[in-house]
Amino acid sequence: MRQSVHAVRIMMVALTLVFVVGVDTAPAQQPSGSNPTALSVREDELLRKFGEVQGQITIPDEKLAMLEHPQGRDYRRFHERVLPWIGGIAIVGMIVALAAFYFVRGPIRYKRDEKSGRKILRFKVIERFTHWMTATSFIVLAITGLNYFFGKRLLLPLLGPDAFATWSHWAKYAHNFMAWPFMLGVLLMAVLWLRDNLPDRYDIEWLKAGGGFFGEGEPPAGRFNAGQKLIFWAVLLGGGLLSASGIVMLFPFWFTDIDGMQAAQYVHATMAVIMIAIIIAHIYIGTLGMQGAWDAMGSGEVDLAWASQHHRLWVDEQLAKSRRGPPVGGGSAPAPAE
Amino acid sequence: MARMKFLCDANRCIDCNACVTACKNEHDVPWGIQRRRVVTLNDGNPGERSVSMACMHCTDAPCMAVCPVDCFYRTEDGVVLHSKDLCIGCGYCFYACPFGAPQYPRVGNFGSRGKMDKCTFCSGGPEPDSTEAEYVKYGRNRLAEGKLPLCAEMCSTKSLLAGDGEVIEKIYQERVAMRGYGSGMWGWKIAYGDTVAS
Repeated sequence: MRQSVHAVRIMMVALTLVFVVGVDTAPAQQPSGSNPTALSVREDELLRKFGEVQGQITIPDEKLAMLEHPQGRDYRRFHERVLPWIGGIAIVGMIVALAAFYFVRGPIRYKRDEKSGRKILRFKVIERFTHWMTATSFIVLAITGLNYFFGKRLLLPLLGPDAFATWSHWAKYAHNFMAWPFMLGVLLMAVLWLRDNLPDRYDIEWLKAGGGFFGEGEPPAGRFNAGQKLIFWAVLLGGGLLSASGIVMLFPFWFTDIDGMQAAQYVHATMAVIMIAIIIAHIYIGTLGMQGAWDAMGSGEVDLAWASQHHRLWVDEQLAKSRRGPPVGGGSAPAPAE
Repeated sequence: MARMKFLCDANRCIDCNACVTACKNEHDVPWGIQRRRVVTLNDGNPGERSVSMACMHCTDAPCMAVCPVDCFYRTEDGVVLHSKDLCIGCGYCFYACPFGAPQYPRVGNFGSRGKMDKCTFCSGGPEPDSTEAEYVKYGRNRLAEGKLPLCAEMCSTKSLLAGDGEVIEKIYQERVAMRGYGSGMWGWKIAYGDTVAS
């Protein structure tokens, strides 16, 4: 009995305390209870803190949980301002430079303006096939790729909206599917030519002498001179980067989120215009720029005089081999060079 | 001339998704396409808010700028629309859009997204107003019928406002003044310029 009275007394005291405390603090509070603003998320704060507004959704498309992503404006700046400028400067600049070089220096000719008449096999069928597969797909990729940002500036006024949209539609598919022979080509090139493109002691000399582009003499070089090695590594690394960023874009949002998709385009497009400029120079030297160079990738056989002029060490090596083994070949019946 | 805008008062949105449902039904939007969606911020925590978001019909629209075939155009009401006949489904508008508005019928491997679809502010597309051709591609043209977008019309708490920018901004600012708080005019600074008050 005494215990229960004690308990009641404690409860009374407690209740009184609660009441008194409650009455005491009530006037300090807002009339309508708590102010929701104090707790509510605010747009400006979120943007300041995270640079974007990410929430949660109840639909399957997870990327839509991003409520606000102002970085889209950076993407736009790159796509509409930066890219057309660097693309234009790189490509037009390269063409102008090559044209100037052609008219001032002219093509690199045979030394004595005469051919030896003897042929030496420079590129096997598989090498030529790889080269041309990569080359044709690259040209298709370059034209259809440039269409993505130069098309509406240059072609749209000529073709009109409907014809241009149809062309761009097919160009997009060409771009997406020609990517695969290109990537295969880059891989094959790595297998076929990596060994012969490793730097050697002649490269520095060759580069120092300007590769025979400016002076008369051309320094000795192996199967590939330093200039060709640079092209090879540019294709391998540049093409590799284009392939990697391209695959990210071929499978949107599989590998990355919206920021990654934007970054993939920055890498892809910047690398692409640089590669296009480099390949324009490569096409120049293989056609207009150097007499006899075309044959190497055309028929695969080059004149022995051309080979000795540009790749003396390689020719010496091949001739030495042929003295031991089957002949290098003369005219109509060439033997494999390797 | 009115300058059409959306405004979502996040302090009123109850995440009921009626706007989303109304939009899907009114325009017969294909499965998987979200012309409008409700995003919940700070979900489950004190201060949680939900915002209904669709195309904001930006003043200087990034989608319009990056489109490689120039398929976007702006109506007299300031609504950003596009032509599905010209769209090649490259996906650039989604990368450029700050609000995730452009949608595509398919996932899009090998560039197979299909034609882009997005909120039209219930005002159709380039086809003649209120025709079957317009309805099939872009949905109902309510503006041509003198009506406002259904999502906002249906909103039970009048959280989502659609209409002339000046009018809906005034309504919102009056609410903020009356109740003494607001969480901001979501997306307005990004869509209509940094001079917009928050």
